[in-house]
Amino acid sequence: MVGLILISHSAGLAAEVASLARCIAGDRVRVAACGGTGDGRTGTSVDLIDQAVEQVDEGDGVVLIPDLGSSVLTARLLVEPGRVVLADVPFVEGAIAAAVAAGGGAPLATVLSAAEEARTQRKL
Amino acid sequence: MGGMGELMDRGTGEGMDTAFFLAWFEDAGRLVRLQRDRLTALDAAIGDADHGANLDRGFTEVRQAFAEWPPATPVQALVSAGTTLIRRVGGASGPLYGSAFRQMGKSMDSPVTLAVFAAAFESGVRAVERLGKAAQGDKTMLDALVPASRELTRAVQEEIAAREAFERAARAAEEGSRATIPLRARRGRASYLGERSVGHEDPGAASAAIIMAALAAVAS
Repeated sequence: MVGLILISHSAGLAAEVASLARCIAGDRVRVAACGGTGDGRTGTSVDLIDQAVEQVDEGDGVVLIPDLGSSVLTARLLVEPGRVVLADVPFVEGAIAAAVAAGGGAPLATVLSAAEEARTQRKL
Repeated sequence: MGGMGELMDRGTGEGMDTAFFLAWFEDAGRLVRLQRDRLTALDAAIGDADHGANLDRGFTEVRQAFAEWPPATPVQALVSAGTTLIRRVGGASGPLYGSAFRQMGKSMDSPVTLAVFAAAFESGVRAVERLGKAAQGDKTMLDALVPASRELTRAVQEEIAAREAFERAARAAEEGSRATIPLRARRGRASYLGERSVGHEDPGAASAAIIMAALAAVAS
């Protein structure tokens, strides 16, 4: 199963979106939350993301979903084409779309495009 | 720094050994600490007021990393500093400056002449452009780094001594930073402010000018 990593400046935001994704897509989904700097500050930790990649990767690849600013810049440093990819998507909607696709057993490229569809999906 | 100054006098920058790079980071850290409140004030106007504190923490961590694992070469110093900034800063300046120094290190040949330095520096600036998807004129650190890089390249072409080249680069970075004041931000948090970002100096450009001032200071 493709792994997902939610990267936010805020530890609480990342954890809650991960929790929401599990609620909607099921507990089996491999989703990790990487919020904050790891030492209690607002920001991004490349080490936390690096560890999460190892943790959620079953060999099917990992999608990084950053919120904004330094989350995006830090996530870009960890991209490994074919294994670790970055989704340029709205944080909540992209995370849910990716989690549902990953939970359904879709391969990496399909999970990524499912997340990217969330960018243009209207609510009304 | 007398010894280093003598070596720099040879004009081609043969003196840019490991000690030179350690001194650069040491002095950059010292100047960032001195100007920490100014950087924070600039960032409070158009950002999230953490730039001074983040960079101060980053350079303090770089000093600690150097103490724990003393770099043996200029490449090791640059890569170690870059990796430390990426891992420890937490804000956008960490990945940006970190990638710049890492890329500079990775593209550095030996011995480090001014020509080698200028080419590696340009490669580091390109890394910032790629990572941030930004260009000169977007009201970012690139508004200081790109003119500085251009001055270094010109100094190599004109066969100017390293000390003078670094002074010109520092001056270009400072002018570039001040030139961000009338610009409207197109990247980073300040871009959300739109027109309201006009009239403020970009904190990233200001810190880049500080780092270039440190380079000129250690070479003099």
